Amino acid sequence: MSEINLPAAAEPVDSIGLKALGAAAAVGLLLAAPFLASEYWINAIIVPFLILSLAGLGLNLLTGYAGQLSLGAGAFMMVGAYATFSLQLRVPDLPLPLALVVAGLIAGAVGLAFGIPSTRIKGFYLIVSTLAAQFFFEWLFLKFPWFYNGNSSATIALSRGLSFFGLEANGPHGRYYLTLGIVALLTLLSLNLIRGQTGRNWMAIRDMDTAAAVIGVPVFRAKLQAFAVSSFILGIAGALWAFAYLGSASVQSFGLTRSYQILFIIIIGGLGTIRGAYLGAAFVSLLPLALDWLFQHLFSGHVDAGLLQNIQKAIFGILIIWFLIKEPEGLARLLGLRRAQGARRRLFPS
Amino acid sequence: MFRTFLRGAIAVAASALVFTSTAQAVDTTPGPDSDKQFFPIASYRVGPYAASGASIWAGIIDYYRYINEVEGGINGVPIVWQECETEWTAEKGIECYERFKRGLNGAPIAAYFPNGAPAAYALSDRAADDKIPLVTMAYGRTEATDGRVFPYIFPVMVTFYSEASAIVNYIAEREGGFDKLKGKKIATVYHDSAYGRETLDPLALFAEKYGFENIQIPVPDPGSEQSSQWRQVREQKPDWVFLRTWGVSTPVAIKSAQRFGFPVDRIIGDVWASSEEDVIPAGDAAKGYLALTPYPAGADFEIHKRLKQHIIDTGKSDLRDAKAFGSVYYNSGLVNAVISVEVVRQAQAKFGNRPITGEEGQWALEHLKLDDAALEKAGFLGLVQNLQLTPADHEGGGAVRVQQWTGENWHLVSDWVQADRAALRPLIDAKSAAYAKEHGITPRDIGTN
Repeated sequence: MSEINLPAAAEPVDSIGLKALGAAAAVGLLLAAPFLASEYWINAIIVPFLILSLAGLGLNLLTGYAGQLSLGAGAFMMVGAYATFSLQLRVPDLPLPLALVVAGLIAGAVGLAFGIPSTRIKGFYLIVSTLAAQFFFEWLFLKFPWFYNGNSSATIALSRGLSFFGLEANGPHGRYYLTLGIVALLTLLSLNLIRGQTGRNWMAIRDMDTAAAVIGVPVFRAKLQAFAVSSFILGIAGALWAFAYLGSASVQSFGLTRSYQILFIIIIGGLGTIRGAYLGAAFVSLLPLALDWLFQHLFSGHVDAGLLQNIQKAIFGILIIWFLIKEPEGLARLLGLRRAQGARRRLFPS
Repeated sequence: MFRTFLRGAIAVAASALVFTSTAQAVDTTPGPDSDKQFFPIASYRVGPYAASGASIWAGIIDYYRYINEVEGGINGVPIVWQECETEWTAEKGIECYERFKRGLNGAPIAAYFPNGAPAAYALSDRAADDKIPLVTMAYGRTEATDGRVFPYIFPVMVTFYSEASAIVNYIAEREGGFDKLKGKKIATVYHDSAYGRETLDPLALFAEKYGFENIQIPVPDPGSEQSSQWRQVREQKPDWVFLRTWGVSTPVAIKSAQRFGFPVDRIIGDVWASSEEDVIPAGDAAKGYLALTPYPAGADFEIHKRLKQHIIDTGKSDLRDAKAFGSVYYNSGLVNAVISVEVVRQAQAKFGNRPITGEEGQWALEHLKLDDAALEKAGFLGLVQNLQLTPADHEGGGAVRVQQWTGENWHLVSDWVQADRAALRPLIDAKSAAYAKEHGITPRDIGTN
């Protein structure tokens, strides 16, 4: 009992100072980004990256934290986008931020409904159920002209653009700050959720639902919560994707490939991590552009253009496989950013 | 950390107050190529439509190369071009547009060809904000013909409405007059998508006008199984079938028609069911199949002789398969390219022989005139219809030619068939007015132009 090596109760003061400094610098950089980066970077790279990160975050709560496999991410994004469109068109008094929240709630309710089967089925069978959501909404929004206000192209676009409280957010700066603000808020919300009782319940279910039930976790409620929260975030991400990035959208913008893309983002980035969504989105959206830029500068004009494009696809695929072999738990782990938390990060309960 | 984050979020909201957007023409980034004209090529060489794409891009690049090397540029202004892969999707198409909208190394862009419906729809607001005209040839929003509401969108040549009207006129021609249409049955077998449904309204209009029976038969995506649709065709015994499918659904339709005993020479395919790629997979069943197109197949037009001499035979062509020279898709590339070049030429007549910007390109498109003399000079007589665009009319043509598949190649069986655009105009005006109302746009006053 003479010497007990206690771990440092608190971090050294200068370390906290450094962290705060780093955080402040990051926030400053984020806020100043539109003035540092060109319009091309904001419109074509940063905004879609942020929105994909948000979508990844939404799915990660469901799949990474609560362990419920889903291929319906595109469907819930679609619901969010079409709900926002309908609200802005038919309830013109509702300001955009509120419309986004209501659209998110609608998407959340839809997610809740499609999450009910998860109380009985698991894993690959649950994938089939969420896949049904994907096909159902693609059919629904195309079948009934009411959803796209009967225009001939079946596309939706916000009638008054991105404006709220009399402010216009249509320019690159407006889009950027709107997206950044929403992404920051929802990230914060997710962080708090997963660190609280809700998140612990989800992780308990993910790791072993029978055990979770035995120790008193309300499995049914927690699973539905996960579906609802995840779909809420996905719905808002879908609305942003449609109106802050694309400008106009149709069901094809949220097809099955979108669902796969979001799933790949979290698998590559790291299941069950918040950072993973960002890293995965960066990998999926930035790497192809970087490859394209590189090839354009190295080989343009010397090699057949079609061959060049296909080689890029192949390299991208090979890189994904390589990363996953190197670190099956995703980029978040690979880059050593994830703090060791002791919690197991496995998808399937054993 | 979180408090900092929160503070950040508040700061975000505050700074968002500061920035409001205004519609402004984008400047061209400065660079050494400011004496050249830039033509971006939003191409798709991977993805589901890549097979048809390769010939399109070859046609475009061959024509630009010909203009540079044989004609010494557009009135002395050399062309530079660069490709960007869109995969026929909206998000990649937006990335390409953003990459190129400020030109390339100082060479400005005069017009942007999105080459894909999803990207064209997504870009419509951005392009108007940036004052860059979008040219969508034989696809895109029909109501964008109304230049008062859509000043920066140009569905040049033929819209889906005009296509529907032209086919009715062609059938009337074959039947021996409009009075013979009464009591005839025209069935439309269409891809059940936004594209496929575009012709519902105009066909209903003409059915009422001429008294033919209008039968509409949807084919759900992707259309790889169409027995029930063609059984329906056989039961109804239409005199003509207007086939508005695309991709895999076209050869499947042709084969099913044969299986159900419907004569293939009474089927007329639309613009997106009129290429070699649509009929070759159907094999013998397609022999005699008719299709309408604004850019017919054939390698005997004047421009092909020039290209053969200067580009193909000298080994400078971008075409990998020599057989595709003169195919529908190769020719569509040529037509795309000649329109972009003629827009610059038109603008140069007003602004001087120098590179043209987007705003000037928009003026030129609204005053684009291609008559027989101009087409003959360019070598496109017979391949491109006469065009005359105005600020109120962004289509400017509305004619198609009908070609027939012989089993080996396409054979032209009609001259230009003109759509009844006056009859369509009220429909288009209603659509554009609805769009203007939904989006709070006040139609531009063009009285003085």
